[in-house]
Amino acid sequence: MPKQIHLAAHFPGVNHHTVWTDPSHRPETQTAFASFEHLARTAERGKLDFLFLAEGLRLREQRGQLVDHDVVGRPDTYTVLAALAGVTTHLGLAGTINATFNEPYELARQFATLDHLSAGRAAWNVVTSSDAFHGANFRRGGYLDHADRYERAREVVEAARALWDAWAPDAIAADAAAGVYARDRSIGLVRTGGRLVDIEARPTLPRSPQGHPVILQAGDSDAGRELAAQVADAVFSRHGSLEDGQAFYADVKGRLARYGRSPEDLKILPGASFVLGDTPAEAEERLREIQHQQVRPAVARAFVEQLWNRDLSEYDVDGPLPEIDPLVEAPSITQGRASFFKDPLAIAATWRALSEEKGLSIRELVIEVVGRQSFVGTPQHVADEIDRYVQSDASDGFILVPHLTPHGLDEFVDRVVPLLQERGSFRTEYTGTTLREHLGLPAADRFGSTLDDVDAPDEALTA
Amino acid sequence: MSESRPFHLAVELGGAGRHPAAWRLPDADAAGLLTAAHWAELVRRSERAGAAFVVLADSVAPPSAAADTVQARLDATGVAALLGPLTSRIGIVPVVPVTYAEPFHVAKAVATVDLVSQGRAGWQVDVAAPAGTGAGDVQAAQFHGRSAVGSAAQWREAADVIEVVRRLWDSWEDDAIVLDAATDRYIDRDRVHDVAFTGTTFSVAGASITPRSPQGQPLVVVRGDVPYALGVAVAGADVIRIAARDVKEASALAARVRAAVAGSGRPARSVKVLLDVETLLGRDEAAARERLAELDRLAGRPYEPSGVHVVAGAERAADALADVVDLTGVDGLVLQPLAHAGDLAVLAEEVSPRLREQGRLADLPAKAGPEAPRTLRDAFGLDRPLSRYTLAR
Repeated sequence: MPKQIHLAAHFPGVNHHTVWTDPSHRPETQTAFASFEHLARTAERGKLDFLFLAEGLRLREQRGQLVDHDVVGRPDTYTVLAALAGVTTHLGLAGTINATFNEPYELARQFATLDHLSAGRAAWNVVTSSDAFHGANFRRGGYLDHADRYERAREVVEAARALWDAWAPDAIAADAAAGVYARDRSIGLVRTGGRLVDIEARPTLPRSPQGHPVILQAGDSDAGRELAAQVADAVFSRHGSLEDGQAFYADVKGRLARYGRSPEDLKILPGASFVLGDTPAEAEERLREIQHQQVRPAVARAFVEQLWNRDLSEYDVDGPLPEIDPLVEAPSITQGRASFFKDPLAIAATWRALSEEKGLSIRELVIEVVGRQSFVGTPQHVADEIDRYVQSDASDGFILVPHLTPHGLDEFVDRVVPLLQERGSFRTEYTGTTLREHLGLPAADRFGSTLDDVDAPDEALTA
Repeated sequence: MSESRPFHLAVELGGAGRHPAAWRLPDADAAGLLTAAHWAELVRRSERAGAAFVVLADSVAPPSAAADTVQARLDATGVAALLGPLTSRIGIVPVVPVTYAEPFHVAKAVATVDLVSQGRAGWQVDVAAPAGTGAGDVQAAQFHGRSAVGSAAQWREAADVIEVVRRLWDSWEDDAIVLDAATDRYIDRDRVHDVAFTGTTFSVAGASITPRSPQGQPLVVVRGDVPYALGVAVAGADVIRIAARDVKEASALAARVRAAVAGSGRPARSVKVLLDVETLLGRDEAAARERLAELDRLAGRPYEPSGVHVVAGAERAADALADVVDLTGVDGLVLQPLAHAGDLAVLAEEVSPRLREQGRLADLPAKAGPEAPRTLRDAFGLDRPLSRYTLAR
C-alpha cells in the first residue's frame, strides 16, 4: 500500500485568497453557520482528516485604518468547532487559539470539552503573539517578550497536557449502586510552577476520548521547528515547492529522535490552494480569472504599501512600481498580521527586476508574487501532483485552502478525491473514529513526568 | 397583577440534576453525562416543554470532593454551541463567569452561540468565589498571576464586563459588510467601531472580530439576589433571576427588584424577573413521592429544598407552578429539576401541555415552513436594538 495522504480543509478566511466578489458571496457568508456546516459536511463526504479554522484577535489595520478590501470578521473559533461537533460524525475539528491571550486552564478545558462532545475529534493549533496591538484587546496587554513566545507556547501546552492527564484513566466509576462517581483519589491536582505559567488546578474533566487533543503548530523559525518536534502532532507548514517541502520535512522529522519520537509521530501538512479545469488550458484560464478576483486594485496597492511601508495611494496599480525606496526605519504601517518581509530593500530590488524583465504593472507583479496556486490543472494532474509530493516526502498531505466560501471544496471532493482513492493513497472510508486514528498518530499516553506533579485529592483544596 | 396571564418557563441544567443523587437513578445516563447525545436529548425535552431557554450551569470551581455527586463538568459555552444547530426554538444560555475571563473572548463566544443558534443565545453573567474564602483562593490559583478579590470588586468588574461586551456586540453596525466590488470595499470602515473601553481592571481597544449577531444583543441574565449583584443586574440585565425561601419572600424580592428597575429609569417591560423553583415531577402524586424517596434513599439523607419548590404529580404541579407566578408577580420561573431525565420527560409530556391548555404557558408556537426563526429576545417580547453606534449617527 502506498504512503497514505492526509487532507484537511481550511475555512476560507481573512486574507486576499478568499474571493468575496463572487456573486454567491453574501454579507453573512463568512459567519453563517450554514457556511461552516457546508464546508464540514463536504470535507466529511470526501473523508478528509479534519476541518481547520483560523482565529482573529483584532481587526487588521493599515496606515491607521481598518483593512477593508479583504474579507473582514469571523466568529469565535472554539465556539464554531463545538457547534460543528453536533452535525458531523468523523471529521476532525481543528482551530487556532492563541496561547498568549488565553489562560492555559481555559484552553485545556475548552479543548477537553470539544474532545468529549465530538467523541475524540478535537485539534488545537497553538500560536503565540507578543505585540501590543493585539494585546490592547486583552487584560494583560502586550505583556509577552518576543523572545518568550516559544517558551510561552511550550509551557502552555505542557500545562494543558498535565490538566488533560490529571484524572486517572479509570477515574470515572459512575457506580450508581455504590454511589461512587469518581474513584477515590483519582482527580489529581496539577501544579505547573513554570516561569510563564505558574498555576495550581484540579480540572473539571476526566481524560477525553483522545487522551490529548491533537496539537498543531505553525511556526517556521528554528525555534518553531524545535517546538513542533518536541510537542506537536502535526505542523501546518507553508513550504509549497517540492524541494522546499522535502528540505523542511527532512529537517523537522530529523529533530524528533532527540525527543524519543518517531518520524510518523508528527505529520507535515503544508497549506495548499488548487484550481481545476477540464483541460490544462481551461485550468490556466480559471487561474487567471481567480487571480484577478483575488488581487483587485486595492489589494495590489495595499500589498506593495506593506513592503514600501508608506502611502502609495498616488500610484496607479496598472503602472510601474514606485521609483522611491521602501521606508525601512519607520514603524510598520501594518498592524494585526505578521510581516512577510525580512529585507524590504532587497525584495523591492527583486520585484523591480522582475517587473522590468516581464514588463509587469504593480497589479501584475503582485499577482506574480502572491497569486500563485499550489496545484493547477485537470483533476488527474492535481491528484498525481498531490500524490507525488506525499510519496516523495515533501509532505504527509495538505491543508487545502479553497478560494470560495463555502463551496470552494465541492469540486475537489467530487473530482480529485476519487482519483486519489483509485491510486490507493487516500482512504475510501474512515477506518477509525478519532482524529488521532485518522492521522495515524499514536495514542496519547499519560505523561510519566506529569504524574509526578499530580497530587492526590486534598480536602482543603476542594472544599 | 393579572391572575391568568401566560408566564415564561426556563430550565437550569447542571450535573444530572439538583439532587446530589440524581445521577444514580436508572434513567440518568450516568455514563453518558459528558456526551453530546446526552445534552442534546435533555435540551430537546426542554424545548418540547416550551421552555424559553435553558441555563447551562458552570463556574470556575474545581470538582467537588464528594464522590457521591457528579464531579465532572463540561465548559458551558461549548455545550451551548453544540446545542445551537441541534435545536430550533429554545434559547441557550451558558453561565460564563467573568472574573478570570477575557471580556473580548466572552463577547465573541456568546455572539457566536447566537450565530450557530440563529438568534437564540443568552449569557448568564457570574463571578468567581470571592477572597477570604478557601474557594476564592483555590479558584484564583488556577489562573496565572491572579489573586481573589472581594465580592463588591468582582461585581463592579462584572458591570464593566457587561458594558464592554455590549459595546463589542454593537461594534459592527448591521450594514457594515457592503461587498462593494466597484470600490474594492468588503466593509464600510465607518460602520465598524473601536470600543475604546478603559475600566479599572482591564481595557479593550478595538472592535469585535465578529460581525453583529442575529439578535444584535444576546439576552443578558444576571442574578439579583446575591450580594452586590442587584445593582449590576438592574443596570445591565435583560433577565434578572431571583431565588427565595418561600413565595412570600419571593414576592417581596420581586417587588424590590422591580422598584430598583423603576428607579433606574429603565422601562419596566424591558427587564424580566424570573424565580427559581426546584422541581421533582411525577406522572402522578405517587410517582413523584416514589422518585423522591428513591433519591433520599440513595443519598442517605432527606432532600432539603433550598427554596421555593414543587414536588408533585403532573396535574398538581401545573397548578402549583401557576400559583407561584400568581402569588409572586414574577414574569416566569426557572425550573431546577432535582433529576433531569425524569423531570424533563414529565414536564414535556404532562405539565407543559396542561399549562398550555390553560393558556398559562408563554411558549413559542412550533412553526412550519420557511419563516425566519424566532429569537430569544422575541420570546420575551424584547425588540432587536439597533447598534448604539448606529443610533449615535
